[in-house]
Amino acid sequence: MRARVFVTLKKSVFDPQGQTIADALHSMGYGTVEDVRQGKFFELELAAADAAQAKALAAEVADKLLANPVIESFRVEVD
Amino acid sequence: MKFAVIVFPGSNCDQDAHHAATAVLGQQAELIWHKDSDLKGADAVILPGGFAHGDYLRTGAMARFSPVMREVKAFADRGGPVIGICNGFQVLLESGLLPGAMLRNKELKYRCEFVNVRVEQTDTPFTGGASAGQVLRIPIGHGEGNYYAPPEALERLEANRQVIFRYCAPDGTISDASNPNGSLHAIAGICNERRNVVGMMPHPERACEPALGGTDGLVILESIVKAFAPA
Amino acid sequence: MIDQQTLERHGIKPDEYDRIVSFMGREPNLTELGIFSVMWSEHCSYKSSRVHLRTLPTDGPQVLQGPGENAGAIDIGEGLAAVFKIESHNHPSFIEPYQGAATGVGGIIRDIFTMGARPIALMDSLRFGALDAPGTKRLLEGVVAGIAGYGNSIGIPTVGGEVYFEPSYSGNCLVNVFCLGIAKATDIIKGVASGVGNPVYYVGAKTGRDGIHGATMASAEFDDKSAEKRPAVQVGDPFMEKLLLEACLEVMKTDALVGIQDMGAAGLTCSTTEMGSRGGAGVEIDTALVPQRETGMTPYEIMLSESQERMLLVVKRGREKDVESVFDKWDLHAVHIGDVTDDGMLRVRHHGELVAEIPNRALTDEAPVYRRPMARPEYLDEVQQLDLDSLSDRDSGGQTLLRLLSTGNIASKQWLYRQYDHMVQTNTVNLPGVGAGVVRIKGTDRALAMSLDCNGRYGYLDPRRGAMLAVAEASRNVACAGAKPLATTNCLNFGNPEKPGIMWQFGEAVAGLGDACRALDVPITGGNVSLYNETDGKAIYPTPTIGVVGLLEHVDRVLTRRFAHSGDVIILLGESKGELGGSEYLKTVHDMVRGVPPSLDLAAERALQALMVTLATRRLVHSAHDCSDGGLAVALAECTFGTAGIGAEVSIGSVPVARSPRINAAAALFGESASRVLISTSTDTVTEVLQQAAKAGVPAQVIGETGGNRLRISVGGDIEIDVAAEEAERAWSDAIGRSFVRRVA
Repeated sequence: MRARVFVTLKKSVFDPQGQTIADALHSMGYGTVEDVRQGKFFELELAAADAAQAKALAAEVADKLLANPVIESFRVEVD
Repeated sequence: MKFAVIVFPGSNCDQDAHHAATAVLGQQAELIWHKDSDLKGADAVILPGGFAHGDYLRTGAMARFSPVMREVKAFADRGGPVIGICNGFQVLLESGLLPGAMLRNKELKYRCEFVNVRVEQTDTPFTGGASAGQVLRIPIGHGEGNYYAPPEALERLEANRQVIFRYCAPDGTISDASNPNGSLHAIAGICNERRNVVGMMPHPERACEPALGGTDGLVILESIVKAFAPA
Repeated sequence: MIDQQTLERHGIKPDEYDRIVSFMGREPNLTELGIFSVMWSEHCSYKSSRVHLRTLPTDGPQVLQGPGENAGAIDIGEGLAAVFKIESHNHPSFIEPYQGAATGVGGIIRDIFTMGARPIALMDSLRFGALDAPGTKRLLEGVVAGIAGYGNSIGIPTVGGEVYFEPSYSGNCLVNVFCLGIAKATDIIKGVASGVGNPVYYVGAKTGRDGIHGATMASAEFDDKSAEKRPAVQVGDPFMEKLLLEACLEVMKTDALVGIQDMGAAGLTCSTTEMGSRGGAGVEIDTALVPQRETGMTPYEIMLSESQERMLLVVKRGREKDVESVFDKWDLHAVHIGDVTDDGMLRVRHHGELVAEIPNRALTDEAPVYRRPMARPEYLDEVQQLDLDSLSDRDSGGQTLLRLLSTGNIASKQWLYRQYDHMVQTNTVNLPGVGAGVVRIKGTDRALAMSLDCNGRYGYLDPRRGAMLAVAEASRNVACAGAKPLATTNCLNFGNPEKPGIMWQFGEAVAGLGDACRALDVPITGGNVSLYNETDGKAIYPTPTIGVVGLLEHVDRVLTRRFAHSGDVIILLGESKGELGGSEYLKTVHDMVRGVPPSLDLAAERALQALMVTLATRRLVHSAHDCSDGGLAVALAECTFGTAGIGAEVSIGSVPVARSPRINAAAALFGESASRVLISTSTDTVTEVLQQAAKAGVPAQVIGETGGNRLRISVGGDIEIDVAAEEAERAWSDAIGRSFVRRVA
């Protein structure tokens, strides 16, 4: 089964990379892009019985390693 | 006294720390491989700089799972002095031995240069030999030294006097201009509540010999040696 | 079976194909053709350059290993050797700046540790189009980030280098990377396969499809289709290489290896073939045993892949377990993929089935050697004309100085080197920005100084003299640090050698390189040639980048260019001839690249360098800086930077080179005559310094003193420059960073 984990910086954390990207887009003429936040995307191939199990496993992995709970939050999607 | 210098795959400054401990401070030091679980009777532990596990995923994120970290945690729990330098500081943060996290430098570039830090507290094993407010000129070399903690954690840190070093100007004043990475409250180093675990981004081992351009790092390293000197 | 189109895609010419057929005694299959194509490419075979390179001086009592191995080595005393080389990664960096530069760094580092040396220093020589031209900033940022990303991560300090911005490089950036390591002289290990039945091991990263035909790409010009060649750029993994470095150095200590070589350009093909050739042996491998990270790879792909961070080891039979356990500790693959044979053949099997069989020598020693036609290009006569009387200059000396200090070529490179960890390993004695890079050698009192230099404009105006001046400057920089120059490595960057004009430039440069290395006693221990640096038919300036390494027997004698005290006496060593040909002044103020490069008297240069080492060893001077880009005025200004406000006041003679007094003043201030050094010394050692200079036959003149907070230069009695030292330093230090100001909320 395939799980997708999206890890993003918490709202309160300043994101200089996202800011830089937004600035670059603005200078390219995309004034309508108001804000950009950069995050990480993981694709996990899991040996799981069903979607629920895969989601639980992915969430555990995300919590333990993929995301740093001090500064990041995550969400999981399963095919 | 004896130092244990922890070596993760990808650690770079382990040899530098070992050299400082032995050739410069004249103490014993042993390199401990990350898969070992024996600190060989060390009196103090150094987590050196570098790029443990390539700093892939996040700096220090995977090193915290190495077998040796169980020993380091136990050592810290017993009150043993632990210092994490640069990547070592990042490992301490990821493993929960210190609060907070590191973000990328505000200007998104790696910076290697001498900076000034002000000693805020002298009641840790690594700053016992300094005076409060003393300015030390020590090099940094990092791309992710932008210290972050959520507002309540930061308040607690300040209230408990856990901020040990702040980036400053040569005269000791704190300002944005003298903050090389955007770190909150100009934090360059902190300690845990028990005050035996210290993490700092600057590299004192790079400033302990005149030939290398400065010796202010000795204040920090000699503090720990003095703490173990026979009375 | 092999059609014309296939031959073309492989970069093989019809007559080369005939040669292949005659060697094999039959037509090659596709895998064999692929192997020939990379081994006979310019990059691997040096087919256009070998006849010229053979004329270079490569011997000397200090040389432990000359050209022909993965890197060169010199004796630095106390049983130690310095192992070093420079290499180019020009084409990949242009296509993908970050990874191109990063993998360039990775490649040169492997060349050093494969010899048994621990790398302790990196330097890089970078060239781009004009700083304000579109595309330059992107390239500069990417390349610098790539070098930093790789070098910092693996923990080797970048201690020096150079950066140049010239329109000539706008279609072809140059990224030349240098690495130096230290080994016990008896521990140097070579890339050789010998001993029938000895196992051949593959260690490191898994093999993928990256970089296939990277060697052939490096041997071709760019055109509109270059964008399609993107997949040929590999992605580097510095963490993997750090593990590999530590594991290899550890396994070498077990004495279980016969030979070892890294897999760089042309990957597995090159390493197996070269190691076999050197040992006069054959190598047989089975590509199915190679660790792979992609599925369905063919033997062709496996042999040609340029996946990074892989090494090939020949192990002493019976010692396999010792080797495997070391790599196991570091969590690295170490796989027995073949054996050494005695028939001199490269034999490739796939699941046991024979897929390629080629005599090793056909791929190496018998690769084509071309004596390409050379013809002096027509542009030279015209461009060497420089009528100084046709120039008019309205600006004051001070204004011109500030302008020169803020040009990309002269301005502070701190924006770059602040991104490099230049302190890791705690050996860096002279930090970047004060002259040659200097690293100490722990456990001894010694230190090594190193410098990379080349002025492309000089090469354009006179390739022979340009090359000589590059050697002179690199060795002079080393001598100014107080170190005795010992040996050279060279990276020769040129255009398309199939054009007689370019081949002539190459031949001339190599001739000049040879003359200078012989006269200055800095033999060549190895290097690299990068040809086909052309876009849409326009070639780069002939750019022979030179790296010189020197020895300080006592690290505490090291010098920098910074003035140390106020009230010191400033002495000019050497002769100012007011030569403006090819100068930064001429280009910046008059928008011209014309004339002839400064003259060079190699005997005088040699005497000057020996004098610098004597003065440093006897602690007779406080600082030393040679005059180069921007001439004496710029050099003097640079001596005041970073001194927390020590200025200088000097008086120099005028040099009548033109009718206009302004131009004469400019010639004296900004002329780039060679073999000149500015030194500072205390008042009570002046006499002794002048005596030493006289003994060495080096012209020496007291020209002024340090102190005050201004930079004041008189020419022939008239004050031509009078600026605040702080203003000069600001112009110099802000220039490059200013082009990159980023607004961060």
